[in-house]
Order: sequence, then C-alpha cells, then structure tokens
Amino acid sequence: MHRGLSANVLDSGQDGLPILARVEDCQTCFVCELYCQADAIYVAPDCDRHVAVTAEEVVASGRLGQYRKHSGWDEWSDRYPNEQWLMETVFRRAGEAAAQVRAEPPGIIGRK
Amino acid sequence: MYRILDQTWRTLPTLARHYKFGADDEGRVNYRAVRGPEYMRALRQQVLSHGVTILDHSPVLELLARSDGSIGGARGQRRQDGGRAYRIEAGAVVLAAGGTSFLSHLLGSWTNTGNGYLMAPEAGAEMSGVEFTAAYTIAPAHSTMTRSMAYAFATYYDADGHELDLPFGPDQTIGLARALQRGPVYCSLHLLPDDIKARLHTISPNVPLVFDRWGIDPYRDRFEVTLHNDGTIRGIGGVRVHDVDGTTSVPGLFVAGDNASREKVAGAISGGGNVNSAWALSSGVFAGRTAACLSRGVKRSKSRLRPLGRVGREPRSGAQTVDLAALRDGVRAEMHPFDKNLFRTRQGLAASIRVLEGLWAELADHADTGTIASRETAALLATARWSVATAATRNESRGLHRREDFPSQDSGFATRLLSGGLDKVWVAADGPSANAETGQLEAAS
Repeated sequence: MHRGLSANVLDSGQDGLPILARVEDCQTCFVCELYCQADAIYVAPDCDRHVAVTAEEVVASGRLGQYRKHSGWDEWSDRYPNEQWLMETVFRRAGEAAAQVRAEPPGIIGRK
Repeated sequence: MYRILDQTWRTLPTLARHYKFGADDEGRVNYRAVRGPEYMRALRQQVLSHGVTILDHSPVLELLARSDGSIGGARGQRRQDGGRAYRIEAGAVVLAAGGTSFLSHLLGSWTNTGNGYLMAPEAGAEMSGVEFTAAYTIAPAHSTMTRSMAYAFATYYDADGHELDLPFGPDQTIGLARALQRGPVYCSLHLLPDDIKARLHTISPNVPLVFDRWGIDPYRDRFEVTLHNDGTIRGIGGVRVHDVDGTTSVPGLFVAGDNASREKVAGAISGGGNVNSAWALSSGVFAGRTAACLSRGVKRSKSRLRPLGRVGREPRSGAQTVDLAALRDGVRAEMHPFDKNLFRTRQGLAASIRVLEGLWAELADHADTGTIASRETAALLATARWSVATAATRNESRGLHRREDFPSQDSGFATRLLSGGLDKVWVAADGPSANAETGQLEAAS
C-alpha cells in the first residue's frame, strides 16, 4: 500500500520495493517524493507532455529529495521550518504595493 | 459563517500533536495557515489515533439504501487488492468525496472526479450553485503548480515582449484569460521582494520544484503561463445542504467539504483558500457529529440494502464498448475553454448542453461494466450537465458566473439555483417548495 499516493501509480515489486506500474496515471502532485525517505523518486514537472529522463541525469541534477528537505520532513525538521504562515503577509504586501501604484500619477513611476 | 469560523478556530489547535504550527518572527504561534501535505498527514494521524480504520485506494462506487429510502451504507472496490469488492453497513453516511476540476491540471485534483456529486443525487439529494465553476488559477504552462502566492508580484508580457497591464487584484484572472485568448502569455517574478524570494522554498516548497527542474530562473527569465480550471474546488457549488451540519434532503446522508455546496458561507464568489478550508474542517466536524448521533438510534436493517448506482452500471439499451477516455476528453472540452466556461453566452451554453447530452446518452445507454472508471466518467458528465444547465438558466452575471449576454447582476436572480436529474436535467430556484416538480424555471435544454 503506497499511502503517499493519491493516484494508482505504484505496485509492490517481488522484493517489497515499489515499482512504477502505471506512470501514465501520475497526476504530478509531487506528494510521493515527500513520503519517500529514501529520496528515490523524481517527478518531472511536465503534466501534459511526455519527458524521458535517465537515472543518471536525475542523480546528477542534485534534485532528489529537494521537496522533502525544503518541506522540513523527517531529518530536516529542525533546519527547514514550515513558513506557510507568511503567505497572508505576502498577499497583504502585494495588495499594498498595487494600491500604491494606482495612487501614483501615471508617467511618474510607471508600472516597472 | 460565524459557526464555521468558531468551530475551525476551536478544532485546528487540537491537531497540534500531529501538525507543527509555525511561530511568526515574534514567536507567536500561527494557527491560521496550514500547508496541504502536512495538514493531510496530520488529519490522517488524528483519525488513526482515534482507532478508525482507513481503506486506502478503495473508491466508493455507490450508496446503499434501506427500504424507506434512507442511506444505510456504501459499497466499492479495493483497487490495490485486485479490485476486490467491499460493502459497509452503517447507521449514516457522510459523503466527503471532494469537488471536481473536471480533470484540469489543478494541482492534486486529477482524482477528484466528483463521485459524491453523482451518488448523492442518485439517492435523491439536489445540487446547488453548480453554475459557479468559473474559477481559474495560474500555473507555469505545462505544469500543475497552481500555487499562486508568488504571482501576487508578477509582471506579464505578450509574445512580442510587451508588458501587459494586468495589475494584482480581483479582475486579474479575467484579464489574463483575455490575454491568453489572444496568444501566449509570459511572466516574470522579478518584482517579488528579496526577503520573500529568500524564503519561498520554506513557504511553498513545491513552487520552486518546477522552475529548478526546468532550469528556469523565475526572477530573471520570462516563462510561459496558463490558467487551470478550479471547477467546484475553488468554485462553490455542490450537494445542497440544509444546514451547516451537512444535512441533505436524504435521511441518513450527510455531505462535508467540497462535496457540499458552500454558497451558504461564501455566496457566489470563490471560496478558495480560507473559506473553503475552514468549511472543510468545520463541516466535517458538524456532519460527523450529527451522523454519529443519528447512527446510535438506528437499528440494523433487517431487509436487504438496495444499491443505488445506476449510470455506468446498467445500460439503458444494449451493452457496448464505451470509449471512456473520449467521454472524459469531451467533458474537458466543454468545461475548460474560456469562451465556454468563463465568458458564457446563451448560444455557447446551448452548444455545450447538446454535446454533453450526447456524451451522457452514450454512457447511460451502453456502459455496463460498473468499474471505477465508468462511475468516475458518469460523475464528471453528470456534474458538467448540471453546471451548464444552471449557467444557462442564470441570465445574469453574479460572482464567479459571468454571462457576456447578461453582464449585470439581476435582483430577480438573487436566489440559489438547485439542479439535478440523471436522465433529464432540471433546474429550479431554491425555496420552501423547490423540487423537481415545482418552482421550475425555464427549461435549460
């Protein structure tokens, strides 16, 4: 049972290791990477076109485990805090910046 | 709304055993924002800690009714156990099967095919507010990454490199859609303040994945963007609820989260983000509590439970091979394009109704397999039919529903619109007597 997955992509292989049984069912949500403590899964970001990558390329990219690390899961919990709470601040600052642009007369500050 | 916020505020801190709530720069614990994967993991651990059995990868295919029409269980398949059938008898059922994006690439929504929207009406419940499906969210083209925070500081360009006038604000999505109708749109995030750039990977760790893996520097490069349909997920419609406790018109059947209409808390606008997530938590608490109370008084049914699933199980004519993938693509082709679902017209909606009726007939006439895929396809088609029929009835523009031929709000439509019907779709104004027979508005099809 691969509980990290919402789609039915993985099967259990004979040696108990997961195998990619239905990669075409992958919905590109990246959540399996979070649950894989071995950092053995790489999800390509492309959702509407097929991409081929080799294991060597993925390992060389240094991206394996990136999502789990930056999410602060498992051994990374002390080094990468979950800062989701900052989101409301970002939206507020964007709103204030947009209001400021609207308040400035055109031609002086422009949109850049 | 007060009850929803109050319950959410009381319940969220109880997840602290399983969710590490962040402290802001002053050290105050912030309970307001929870991040998806961690939140889902915490809810799962919370449920397991109460001794609940979870059947993973086991979609429900249909509800089971007692002889009096009340709901007494459900049956489905365990797809990672050879498709083995399972059947559950229960005092009451809470449907929490989510909403649907009509198979857009909205992040994480591909398995949300609206199955609860099919099962509740099969049991006799109504839908409400399913015309409010025209929410769209930005993502880098060819990606699912509909996390929009960084785009609050985005700058947009057309294919010739000219900057587009799309200021951050409530009308930005409309402007983006119009620009995308004219041609490709490119984006730069160079105006994102440096202190946020430095923390983007700990605020939204999945957002940089796409850029990093494609070798794009979003703060310097211009990358192509698109809009994905949110359907009823960041939209608002769903199964009609009579109260915040998730009561439907069917005894023993409750709905929670995106499976329920959220009009009573969000009105006609998107409930995406705060309202919907507060509703998801609190409606689950309320529905669960009410369903549990009801269950205590229910005696085990002596008569056999009757399965209610029909569409995609019992062909009306002869069983034939049905191309389910083609039917699903047909739903996407009517529910995603801006000129059909966002900028609506009478003619466009009428054309969508005709197409969807044809697809529905194909499925209802011939599909007999009762598989997960055929039931999912039936749910997508049913929801799409109710959505376009209701949109064709609401001859005004209000909230998420935009009619090019009726650009103003009309006080005559200041009412919720109910819908339903499997073989024949109906739309009716909500009211004390609203049902399939009375209060019927002009037929939409």
